[in-house]
Amino acid sequence: MNQYTERLYNGIIKENPTFVLMLGMCPTLAVTTSAINGLGMGLSTTVVLVLSNLMISLLRKIIPDSLRIPAFIVVVASFVTMVQFLMEGFVPSLYDSLGIYIPLIVVNCIILGRAESYASKNPPLPSIFDGIGMGLGFTVGLTAIGIVREVIGSGKIFGFQLLPLADASTGQAGYVPVTIFILAPGAFLVLAGLTALQNKVKNNAKKKGKKVTETVGCGEGCAACTNSACGGKIFPTGNEKE
Amino acid sequence: MGDLLIIAIGSALVNNVVLSQFLGICPFLGVSKKVETAAGMGGAVVFVITIASFVSGIVYKFILANKAIMGGKLVYLQTIVFILVIACLVQFVEMFLKKSMPALYQSLGVYLPLITTNCAVLGVALTNVQKEYTILSGVINGLGTSVGFLIAIVILAGIREKMEYNDISESFQGTPIVLITAALMAIAFFGFSGLI
Repeated sequence: MNQYTERLYNGIIKENPTFVLMLGMCPTLAVTTSAINGLGMGLSTTVVLVLSNLMISLLRKIIPDSLRIPAFIVVVASFVTMVQFLMEGFVPSLYDSLGIYIPLIVVNCIILGRAESYASKNPPLPSIFDGIGMGLGFTVGLTAIGIVREVIGSGKIFGFQLLPLADASTGQAGYVPVTIFILAPGAFLVLAGLTALQNKVKNNAKKKGKKVTETVGCGEGCAACTNSACGGKIFPTGNEKE
Repeated sequence: MGDLLIIAIGSALVNNVVLSQFLGICPFLGVSKKVETAAGMGGAVVFVITIASFVSGIVYKFILANKAIMGGKLVYLQTIVFILVIACLVQFVEMFLKKSMPALYQSLGVYLPLITTNCAVLGVALTNVQKEYTILSGVINGLGTSVGFLIAIVILAGIREKMEYNDISESFQGTPIVLITAALMAIAFFGFSGLI
C-alpha cells in the first residue's frame, strides 16, 4: 500500500473521526436529522479540510511556530467563508437546512487537529490525501447516523419513502414513525448506541490482546485531550502547567 | 422590556444551547464529572459569552456593517473577524482577571482557555447577526444562552455524581450512559416549548 491509499484508509477506517476518534461532535449531533443533511455537511467539511490542509502544508515553512494556531484559524475561516457563499449560491435548500452549522465548521476540532498534527509537518500531496481520507471518514459517519435517524424517525431514506406509512383514516397497516429520532433527543440516543457498540468492539479486541486506537476526542474530557485544538493552547498564555 | 424577557427565556430554556442546538457538546460531556467543576465551567462560559456577544455586536455594527467603511460591504468577513475577536477576548479577559480580580481568577481561570474552541461562543455571535438583534438584545441573548448552558451542565453533573455507584453494563460505561442521560434531559426540556 503506498502512502496515499494508506492516508485514505487511515482516515476512513482506522482513525475514523466520528466513530473512532469522536471529534467534531457538535455538527455530528446537530445536522444528522436526515441522510442528505449529513452527507451535505460531511462533504462541505471535506472541501474545507482538503483546501486548508493544502494551504497550510504549502505555508508550513513560512508560518512561525509561535503564531501557527491563529494563522491556521485565519486560513480555515477564509475557506469556510468561501464554501458558505458557494453553498448559498448553488445549493440554497441545503444551505438553509444546515444554517449556522456551516460557519461553525471553523471551530470543528477535526480541521484544526489535522492542520496541527499532519498538514503542518508534511508535504502538500500527502496532506491533500490526508484531508480527503479524514473528510470522507467524517462524511461516512454523518451519513450513517443520518440514515439511522431518518429511517427510524420518518421511514424515509435520502427523502425516498422506504417504509410505507400507516394511515389511520383508511385503516391501512404500515410503519409508524418514531418521531423522537429526528428531534434533539434522538441524536443523543443514536450516538449513545453507536459508542456503546464501539466500546463492545474495543473490549472484545482488548480481551483478544489486540492493540486499539484510543479516543482522543472530547468524549474523554477536553482537559485530558491530546488534540491541540481542544487543549486550550490556541494562544500560549505562558501559564500552562508543564 | 417584554421582548428582552422573551429572548432571555427562549434562549435559556426553550432553545437550550446544548440540549436542542447542540453547541458546546465538548465541555458538556467532558467537564461534567463533578458539580463543582461543572459550575466553574458554566460560570466562565456565562462570563465569556456575555462579553463576547457585546464586543462582537459592537464590531459588527460599527466596523463591518458601517456604511462609512467600504459602504458596509465588509459583512462577509464576519466569521473570520468573530473567531479572532473571541480568541483575543478570551486571552484579554484571562489577563485582566489575573491582575485585578485574583479571587475570581482562581475559580474561573483554568476554564478560560478551554472556552475559545467552545462553538457556543461563535454560535451566539453569529446568531445575533443572523436574527438582526440590536446590541442590547444580543447581549441578553448571549446571557440567556450561557445561563441555559450553566443549568444544563450543572444538572448533568449532579446526575453523573449519583450515577457513579450504579451498576452499568460494560459496553455502556463512560460516554454512552452520559449520552443517554443527555437524551432524557433533552426530552425533559421539551416541556418548556410551550412557554413562549
